[in-house]
Amino acid sequence: MAEPAIELVGIDKRFGAVHANRDIHLRVEKGTIHGIIGENGAGKSTLMSILYGFYQADNGEIHINGSQAKITDPNAAIALGIGMVHQHFMLVENFTVLENVMLGVEGAPLLKRGIAKARAELKRLEQEYELDVDPDALIEELPVGLQQRVEILKALYRGAEILVLDEPTGVLTPPEADHLFRILEQLKAQGKTIVLITHKLREIMAVTDNVSVMRQGSMVATRKTSETTVEELAELMVGRRVLLRVQKGEANPGEVKLSVENLTVRDSRGVVMVDNASFTVRAGEIVGIAGVAGNGQSQLIETVAGIRTAVSGRVLLDGQVIDITGAADPGELRDRGLAHVPEDRHHMGLVLAFEEYENSILGYHDDPLYLNGPFLDIDAIKADARKKIEKYDIRPSDPRLKTANFSGGNQQKIVLAREIERDPGVLIIGQPTRGVDVGAIEFIHKRIIEMRDAGKAVLLVSVELDEIRSLSDRILVMFAGRIVGERDAEASEGELGLLMAGVENQEAAE
Amino acid sequence: MSQPFAKLPAWADYGLLPLINLIVAFFVAGLVVLLVGESPLDAAVLMVKGAFGSGDGVGYTLYYATNFIFTGLCVAVAFHCGLFNIGGEGQAYIGGLGVALVGLGLGGVLPWWINFPLAIIASAVVGGLWALIPAWLQAKRGSHVVITTIMFNFIAASIMVYLLVGYLKAGGTQAPETRVFGEGGQLPGLGWLLGLVGLNMRSAPLNVSFLLALVSAFLVWVLIWRTKLGYEIRTMGYSPKAARYAGIKEVRIIVITMMISGALAGMMALNPIMGAQHRVQLDFVAGAGFVGIAVALMGRSHPAGIVLAAILFGMLYQGGAEIAFDMPNISRDMIVIIQGLVILFAGALEHMFRPTLLRILQRLARVKHQPTPAVATEGGQ
Repeated sequence: MAEPAIELVGIDKRFGAVHANRDIHLRVEKGTIHGIIGENGAGKSTLMSILYGFYQADNGEIHINGSQAKITDPNAAIALGIGMVHQHFMLVENFTVLENVMLGVEGAPLLKRGIAKARAELKRLEQEYELDVDPDALIEELPVGLQQRVEILKALYRGAEILVLDEPTGVLTPPEADHLFRILEQLKAQGKTIVLITHKLREIMAVTDNVSVMRQGSMVATRKTSETTVEELAELMVGRRVLLRVQKGEANPGEVKLSVENLTVRDSRGVVMVDNASFTVRAGEIVGIAGVAGNGQSQLIETVAGIRTAVSGRVLLDGQVIDITGAADPGELRDRGLAHVPEDRHHMGLVLAFEEYENSILGYHDDPLYLNGPFLDIDAIKADARKKIEKYDIRPSDPRLKTANFSGGNQQKIVLAREIERDPGVLIIGQPTRGVDVGAIEFIHKRIIEMRDAGKAVLLVSVELDEIRSLSDRILVMFAGRIVGERDAEASEGELGLLMAGVENQEAAE
Repeated sequence: MSQPFAKLPAWADYGLLPLINLIVAFFVAGLVVLLVGESPLDAAVLMVKGAFGSGDGVGYTLYYATNFIFTGLCVAVAFHCGLFNIGGEGQAYIGGLGVALVGLGLGGVLPWWINFPLAIIASAVVGGLWALIPAWLQAKRGSHVVITTIMFNFIAASIMVYLLVGYLKAGGTQAPETRVFGEGGQLPGLGWLLGLVGLNMRSAPLNVSFLLALVSAFLVWVLIWRTKLGYEIRTMGYSPKAARYAGIKEVRIIVITMMISGALAGMMALNPIMGAQHRVQLDFVAGAGFVGIAVALMGRSHPAGIVLAAILFGMLYQGGAEIAFDMPNISRDMIVIIQGLVILFAGALEHMFRPTLLRILQRLARVKHQPTPAVATEGGQ
């Protein structure tokens, strides 16, 4: 057998008390696509950061193409032919594609010759791998799918033979993701080695040759993709059997609880983010809003929840108008029975520097239940927090622990417990399982369905199409601020994917 | 990519790290002393003796510390709301007007124990109102408080010179200062308090404002960590987005916080004016507003830390004066250098030793948890 492209031997890394990587052994064969899956905090990112030279391992060896390598910084990794495509792109927005690709490897103080060389090389790469992008386009004017392609080009331009992609499909529509996978196949056919980090089991099954599973800092298994199943991988990731399919009964919709009429929202620069959107949510149903991130879903739910102001339109909660053009107050809406689990739990839903019990009253801190005149009733708040911790199985079960020290899933449970336990009539929930581990996803989905079955109106926004499809009773698709279609829960992924990409009904029918 | 968190244990964060910073600052200061040809050791002994060696030394140290507690609290309260109030100097200076109002107006009429609460209210109100304008500009117009409060320091200084020279000056003198307050405008000293621990204070100006400073520190703690308002202030400070989400009104919180901050600075004026000089003099704040920034930084914006840091700076002021007196090579400016070094290492370079300390502690922890290095036995395959 040929030398493996990457071989990790006994990699070990600690951050204080956290053992991020325990004695990791990994072998990635040349010319394969190797998937690495694991829950959040399993140590995937740390491992890849060690491979790319951001961190140094405390123990262990890295072998690249059979010889031991000492990777002290990203430059050393690049010199060894390792390229990395980050989850959050590292591109200069107001530079052209060409300028971004040659950034850092300009070659000489004067740019003329470097540009000519880069242009020729870019052309070659484009032809070889079908990675076509206009070299003179500005990054900010490109859709995310193409921006990602620029990141891949950047790595290839630097001579990458090994390409590491960190959660590459998080920002892509299903068609864009498919295109990315075709590119990866092409790269593989040319002999490149690809490491794909993801938490989406479906992608692993679709595109990889081998897959390694990480759990709590350890590499628990490596399988040939053709010889494993989604169920087995999920079980390996979590360490127990998981229910991947959401089980729910028929919806039993009642009266209209939330009604949005011709809502238009602009951002601070005056760009229209929500364009004349109308829909209703009834008691006892889950309405899902699907769409690629950045198509106005965030602005829509933030407006309904009273955080943003709208330009025009009306929002009715239980038939009563909500003031959305100025003094919309999230506090007042809470009193009227509207709970909101925000998309951005790190900056909006929680104060990470707070202790857990302090976050358990965020937004409800006006409630006399938690107060003694102007003073906080710390004992009452803590007792209340403990109850929620127990009911939602939040771990570690310590209300005095700093919120930043909880895992993503447990942080989300803190928010959910706070909002659901107030027994609201309407629940708005954004990205309920973003950055949440598989075990907690199951729990969170169950709670959302329980809310529906208890006769509450649920408005769900998620960029995970699977999640929308499995939870929603009705699905709305948003594209460029408009609601471009409504489908029932049985709509196919392909149909929704086209709507999400902005292809309208008539065109889709052709 | 999630960042793995790594932090110091509390005892190292709040105890060891400031101590290391302080030691390094004194070490570098010692080199400077060496450079001008004096013995750093003698200087250190002089400083500690000067600050704590006698009843008067302690009295002066705590007198200076009183100023720094007020201004440190002023900076800390604003910090908790994510605001950097650099205007303590001006707010304290203008706060002097409130004290003057009571001292000049009622000093000859009412006893001190009635005038004291009145002066507290007057100085706090004036200091608070002086902070209101930058607060309002920040909340409503987005003008940064750092810029506006600095500018308001200059405005306050100019107004005070104008008033002292033109209106408040006592008749028949050249000095730009008010007349001496009547009996009721003078705060009693705390010689009896030092007497309890066997110290004899003769001329030091330590007065009951020191006790007020301690009470204020406790009240600030209650405010920040035990009231609903404090909860809202901290939410705003950590995450304005979360505050918006929680229905906390940004304008209201910014204005209230800045006014509390300004009020604390204003109360500092009580100490030199009513407690020591019994009149309003030009530039009586003397930089205490800026020292308050260093005190708040060093005290980690916690009232207990602020009291300790304020006493440390009080020691530098008092002990430094003693050094300047006894060592002819070391001038008053030299003391400013030493104070600057403390501010540099304890404030600006606060985190310089953090990574190193973290690494050392991690290594120690690893040795403790894992006596032998783990042997690679089981592969992933």
